[in-house]
Amino acid sequence: MTSPSNTPAAETNVIPIKVIPPTPPAPPASPAGAMIRTLGLVSAICGLIIVGAYQGTYDAVAANKRIATERAVFKVIPAAKSIAEYVAQPGGGIETRVGAGETAMVPGAVKFFAAYDAAGKLAGIAAEGGAKGYADTVRIMFGYSPDCQCVVGIGVVAMRETPGIGDKILTDKEFLANFTALDVKLKGDLAALANEVKAVKHGAKTNPWQIDAIAGATITSRAVGKAINDSAQALLPRLVPNLDQLAGKS
Amino acid sequence: MNPNAARTWDEFMEGIWHQNPVFVMVLGMCPTLAVTVSVVNALSMGLATLFVLVCSCGLVSLMRNITPKEVRIAVYIVIIATFVTVVDYAIQAISLKLYDALGAFIQLIVVNCIILGRAEAHAAKNPPLPAMINAAGMGIGFTIGLLALGVVREVLGAGTLLGVPLFGASFQPWVIMVLPPGGFFVLGAWLLFFSWLARRKLRKQQAKLVEATQNA
Repeated sequence: MTSPSNTPAAETNVIPIKVIPPTPPAPPASPAGAMIRTLGLVSAICGLIIVGAYQGTYDAVAANKRIATERAVFKVIPAAKSIAEYVAQPGGGIETRVGAGETAMVPGAVKFFAAYDAAGKLAGIAAEGGAKGYADTVRIMFGYSPDCQCVVGIGVVAMRETPGIGDKILTDKEFLANFTALDVKLKGDLAALANEVKAVKHGAKTNPWQIDAIAGATITSRAVGKAINDSAQALLPRLVPNLDQLAGKS
Repeated sequence: MNPNAARTWDEFMEGIWHQNPVFVMVLGMCPTLAVTVSVVNALSMGLATLFVLVCSCGLVSLMRNITPKEVRIAVYIVIIATFVTVVDYAIQAISLKLYDALGAFIQLIVVNCIILGRAEAHAAKNPPLPAMINAAGMGIGFTIGLLALGVVREVLGAGTLLGVPLFGASFQPWVIMVLPPGGFFVLGAWLLFFSWLARRKLRKQQAKLVEATQNA
């Protein structure tokens, strides 16, 4: 901005007005070489520091993420002792997923976890779902039991709901009682859920596929219902016909 | 104490008391109000900022003689962003739960005016050691400020301290304290308290002065 070619033009513009005092001469500009050298040096140093930090923390971060996922699964399926990660492909069919986070998923594919108990028997399926809550997306993990075809537990993966109001979905006993056996049976043709999972006004629950919302936290309760419904609608029609693929594992 | 050491000590204490970034300069209000819902969050945010402050001021100061003034802000920002990235990875490695709780405010340390202010006003003009000492003072002052808010908000808003319940089951938490308005209430109360302290000190000094003149 203080290149020498601009300065004389600016001064000839100023002089005829005569009211503005002469501007002090612009301080000499630093040579471009020095700027480039400094910026290059700073970038190199900073690049090294960032790479070092990334490499140094990579294993710990990956382990933390794995533990967090395992904990979330174990919470919704208490009998679980080990988990395996699977993907339900959009065209139907399920595949094991190795190297979580590195292989790109096909659009429309749904990730889920098969949980096994101490004897190596399939204890349940856990999957994530998300829906818009009051403040931001409420992301939940729910446990599905193939035996009763119902949701047997939920946990929150991430939410920014109002503390003391929306976050009651974690603590409210009446609300959590909805998820001891929430009906998610499939229709006869296995193409969709027989009944849409939905949160209803507090006290209005009449069917096993309805969720009794928390009074005062209806929006968050509805988000939980929608998250389970959307995820189950996408996952279960692909999962249920292939359940025997998961059961054999020990 | 030799005068040099005394000066360094003053520069260290400056950030903690006379120029406290939260209560005196009222800088960095965004993280101050947003993350102080609990003591753990406040402490981690304070320590993260402290680390970024000290490291970036050290590096800025090391490079002060070869940094042309035209590109100085760019240089500061790159340096600050680097250390923020380091902190970001470190917190992910320590605890994902904490990382989720602090959310975007870790990355936003980059634009925390306390850090850029220190780099421009102090580190760019002083050798590395004094610059880092001054930065450490500011960082500790900021941490103390955050803790002052975090303790009050967690105790009143959740009835716990560091997650340990204080009042028993019959306590009804004062939820508004952990919501955004509570942040403003508590900050306002602290500012009021410190301004009252300052005024009282001033009044005492004036009274002493009047007394001295009357006696003379």
